[in-house]
Amino acid sequence: MKTRQLAVLSGKGGTGKTSLVASLAALAGRAVVVDCDVDAANLALLMPGSDGPTESFYAGRRARILEERCAACGRCTEVCRFGALTFQGSRLVVDRLACEGCGACAHACPNAAVAYDDNLAGDWWVRPVAEGLLVHARLGIAQDNSGKLVASLRKTGRELAERDGYELVLVDGPPGIGCPVHAALSGVDALLVVTEPTVAAEHDLRRIVGLAARFEVPTGVVINKHDLVPGACERLERSCAELKVPILGRIPFDPLVPERASRGRPALAASAGTAEALADVWSRAQEKLLSGEPNGSNPHLTGA
Amino acid sequence: MKIAVASGKGGTGKTLIATHLAWALARAGEPVTYVDADVEAPNGHLFLRPEIAEERPVSVAVPAMVRPTCAGCGDCARACAFHAMLAAKDRVIVLPELCHSCGLCLEICPERVLEERPRRLGVVCEGRAGPIRFLSGVLDVGEARATPLISALASSLSAEGTTIIDAPPGTSCPAMEAVRAADLVVLVTEPTPFGLHDFELAVQMCRALGKRAYAVLNRVGLGQTPMDEAFARHGTPLVASIGFDAAISAASAEGRMADESSETLKKGLLELLLRLGEDWQSLSPAVNP
Ligand code: SF4
Ligand code: SF4
Repeated sequence: MKTRQLAVLSGKGGTGKTSLVASLAALAGRAVVVDCDVDAANLALLMPGSDGPTESFYAGRRARILEERCAACGRCTEVCRFGALTFQGSRLVVDRLACEGCGACAHACPNAAVAYDDNLAGDWWVRPVAEGLLVHARLGIAQDNSGKLVASLRKTGRELAERDGYELVLVDGPPGIGCPVHAALSGVDALLVVTEPTVAAEHDLRRIVGLAARFEVPTGVVINKHDLVPGACERLERSCAELKVPILGRIPFDPLVPERASRGRPALAASAGTAEALADVWSRAQEKLLSGEPNGSNPHLTGA
Repeated sequence: MKIAVASGKGGTGKTLIATHLAWALARAGEPVTYVDADVEAPNGHLFLRPEIAEERPVSVAVPAMVRPTCAGCGDCARACAFHAMLAAKDRVIVLPELCHSCGLCLEICPERVLEERPRRLGVVCEGRAGPIRFLSGVLDVGEARATPLISALASSLSAEGTTIIDAPPGTSCPAMEAVRAADLVVLVTEPTPFGLHDFELAVQMCRALGKRAYAVLNRVGLGQTPMDEAFARHGTPLVASIGFDAAISAASAEGRMADESSETLKKGLLELLLRLGEDWQSLSPAVNP
């Protein structure tokens, strides 16, 4: 069984990744879909089903002061580089949002007064959906482990796909180009970048295409809302040519898309023109991006 | 006063609000600093078109082996909570993208072979867009750690005048770091199920940081999701609404400010300014002529 992994990213947020992924899943018919935008996971709103049991995701640890041992010497406050330890009177307090669990304070403490608690970084679920399985998560507020959580969801998604014989894993990635995006991109077979004809989206497209080149991932572009502003698309098309990334499709602006989303339906369920354009994207993505040999194992899939 | 413009979901119009708010305040005679803290996808410069006077590289400290006397004990690698160090027989290998720059390994090494070396993450650009002091962080493509760059931005802020921080999307570290620097948060959302869902997460982030937040609703008319109940439940008053407007789309497509051409944006900005003015007495004369 050859499982292929296709990531969908955008650099700039709000260009329509999630709607596209839900539509591609429906067009593919059978897939494991992994929502890697763990800060703002929205795919579950478009892919109805009931979640399996809530799984906890632990990552890192947080310092705790054992007050009965603490002599309030303050050595730990000198070594902590994250400003997580402060005195309130003679009592030491740990700011659990600032602590990174590095262990420097415990090393410095002459009285062994620092203990560590495992850090609950988020929850995740597997949801059976019409197309197969949705793996999605919620990163705890103010957590810094998004890359690790993404890597762990990806691993789960791939294992489920292999176990149940799915040929396609669709990865809905986070915005940006930082840590969680690296985790979403590493080891995939191909990347679709969703952009739109605005200067901001175009600017961020350049950055994400640059990142994909470093990861050596074959990349194609989908232009969303291509007709929203007359004439605006041409500049974007020139940029794609300059970046040497093929345009795999153009999706029209369609006010029915948010309206359908309000009812939990993907863009595919909006106007006929939109559905047609999406079907086109899917057939070209298969032909241009997914016809080669799969990437196989993912040596880089470690997260950060 | 420092105001962060944030949202859980990307693409709701943070930069639109942040850049126009900066302009409106500057026009009213207020000294304004605009800070683009969306360092992974910084876009404010496309609209404010600043002249950049200075680019300062931002680095983090990452350990390196500077003396050949490594005993191969591996103590540093075992101590590193982030698995950023691999011990070989007579040397160590540092994985800089995993390092958190905590400094513990330097303390641990009995042979003192490690020292910190700077590793560049990106730049802070500083300049002026007319009357506005402009600051922007730009993460280098290929670097993973956005947060130290945002901290560097936060430390170049002054207490004078008004600072508008264009925050990155999301609710994890980078967004937090940007919001942490602010006195007040303006959360931009849209009336879609995604907008609602991510707004609720953003409110929780503000709460965790102890920040007061206002809501601005953008692209009214394009989605139908009712938002009022969520605004009320979270105690986040809706202070401005902006309709979906082709004039704003056109300006975004071309990289222009849209307040001249969009009535709904003009009206929304005024609502926002009036509310902020109530909050901050010294601002009131400027917006309440
Ligand atoms: S574990 Fe590290 S970050 Fe946390 S309080 Fe101790 S020194 Fe600071
Ligand atoms: S500085 Fe801290 S995070 Fe970096 S390698 Fe040393 S122990 Fe690990």
